[in-house]
Amino acid sequence: MHHEIHPSASPQIIELHNHVKDALISSFGDDITGSQIDYDFPVFVVAKNRIHDVLEFLKNNSDQSFQFLTTMCGVHYPEQVGQEFALVYQLHNMEKNWRVRIKTFMADKDLNVPTATDIWLGANWMERETFDFYGFRFQGHPDLRRILNMDEMNYHPLRKEYALEDAGRDDKQDKYFGR
Amino acid sequence: MKGTSGNIGQTFATASQVTEQKDYSILNLGPTHPATHGIFQNILTMDGEIIVKAEPTIGYIHRAFEKLAEHRPYNQITPITDRLNYCSSPINNMGWHMTVEKLIGCEIPKRAQYMRVIIMELSRIADHIVCDTVIAVDTGAMTGFLYLFQWREKIYEIFEEMCGARLTTNIGRIGGMEREFNEKAWSRIHAFMKEFPKALTEFDKLVTRNRIFMDRTINCGAISAEKALAYSFTGPNLRAAGVDYDVRVMTPYSSYEEFDFIIPVGTNGDTYDRYMVRMEEMWQSMRIIEQAIKNMPDGAFHADVPEFYLPAKEDVYSKMEALIYQFKIVMGETDVPKGEVYHAVEGGNGELGFYLISDGGRTPYRLHMRRPCFIYYQAYPSMIEGGMLSDAILTMSSMNVIAGELDA
Repeated sequence: MHHEIHPSASPQIIELHNHVKDALISSFGDDITGSQIDYDFPVFVVAKNRIHDVLEFLKNNSDQSFQFLTTMCGVHYPEQVGQEFALVYQLHNMEKNWRVRIKTFMADKDLNVPTATDIWLGANWMERETFDFYGFRFQGHPDLRRILNMDEMNYHPLRKEYALEDAGRDDKQDKYFGR
Repeated sequence: MKGTSGNIGQTFATASQVTEQKDYSILNLGPTHPATHGIFQNILTMDGEIIVKAEPTIGYIHRAFEKLAEHRPYNQITPITDRLNYCSSPINNMGWHMTVEKLIGCEIPKRAQYMRVIIMELSRIADHIVCDTVIAVDTGAMTGFLYLFQWREKIYEIFEEMCGARLTTNIGRIGGMEREFNEKAWSRIHAFMKEFPKALTEFDKLVTRNRIFMDRTINCGAISAEKALAYSFTGPNLRAAGVDYDVRVMTPYSSYEEFDFIIPVGTNGDTYDRYMVRMEEMWQSMRIIEQAIKNMPDGAFHADVPEFYLPAKEDVYSKMEALIYQFKIVMGETDVPKGEVYHAVEGGNGELGFYLISDGGRTPYRLHMRRPCFIYYQAYPSMIEGGMLSDAILTMSSMNVIAGELDA
């Protein structure tokens, strides 16, 4: 299991990280494939088929109580073969002020993910936005349509293969900036 | 079931109770309707005056900020953040600066932090002035709006002295502020601190206990605390429902832990409570600014991070290092650590968060902005269905939906 702790992490964050990690591993075992602390955030990587269970567990388990879904978004890593897409959830336990980040990776061939709308009503538009940008198919979502872009659009614009500017333009390449 | 009308206790049919034989009419509220205060559409299915179903369409001013940000060096992203919630741009700017400062591990001097607090609280007042006066306008009270709105203008004049811009401020820099407040800025701040309480008190007397205003807003567009949390509400809209969550207190940034202020909360989560929470927050912001002025520390207005902070222009023309750093910053050549950070500030509408993934390159690998408006606006249909059209307008203005932040 990949395990890394950022040097700036405070003892409280390390303690929180261990608290959540122990609970997750005792309930989900090998489906928790990684954990680390990024700056002030404990991060856990979860196998895609268990993501819904993990989110539900973190919300409903009385020792965890991450009742609040702060935000979620997708990320595209075209170089990571077999794990091209990531989904990132950020949860918040407001009573104790604990925050965690839950990630799951998947291959671009299979972007089906269980929806979190049955756990949080607010996940509805967040998932629609993520679908709009990256094309994740949230299984069980009540209304999975594009939200910010128009319905006729036939691609998912935040994927890395879509350049922001005209692809024929070559005056803004990194090599001209010393990179 | 209790309806969401201004008349307490009066009941209305909900969508399921209305018989299907009735003739519904379809009403397009927006995209450009003067009462929506922004470009977004709601297709309303109406049974007479009562809304049976609402279907919001958003994205009319979507500018793909998250994509744009992947192609811009860090300092060039600040102007993008201006255009999120443009009623309080400086808070967005500071949120972004602090996110990058967290990534590069830069601690900025106390004086710069206090200067930021003054700017952020002035912006919060400006933001809340817009929201509260517009609630009053939508109930028919134009006078209060005209009286108080000129104070937003005075805040913009202060910003103008601080950074040269008014609405889209691009204020401050990664590593601190770009300059000291000048004499004129200070005198305008002092004048504002002296005069604004009178104006706010006058507005308060005109509107808050006004019988018509109270009848229109109490029990209008209410949401319970449980539902607000389930919908990931933050900011004044969540606090109006009775949850005392404020990023400034829970995860203090920019020295907010050194200030003494109160987080006002409501009980019903209705339009009146949202109005009241914002009113009280303006008073609390005044308290914070007062303390910041009184306890303003001496020292530098920016951190010593030459790789990120643009050098003074006269140094660029006369010193080798300054010229190199100027070049590197402008061309976006500075090395940035790899890593992922999330930083949130309490924006005018709630938790404004930046989730930044850096791969060490000149631009972010991914920047996700948690925009409070986008997240809470999805609850709007459930808040207006079963109520009157006029209440829907009020509910929208009291939620302070800002199109720039909604669509990003």
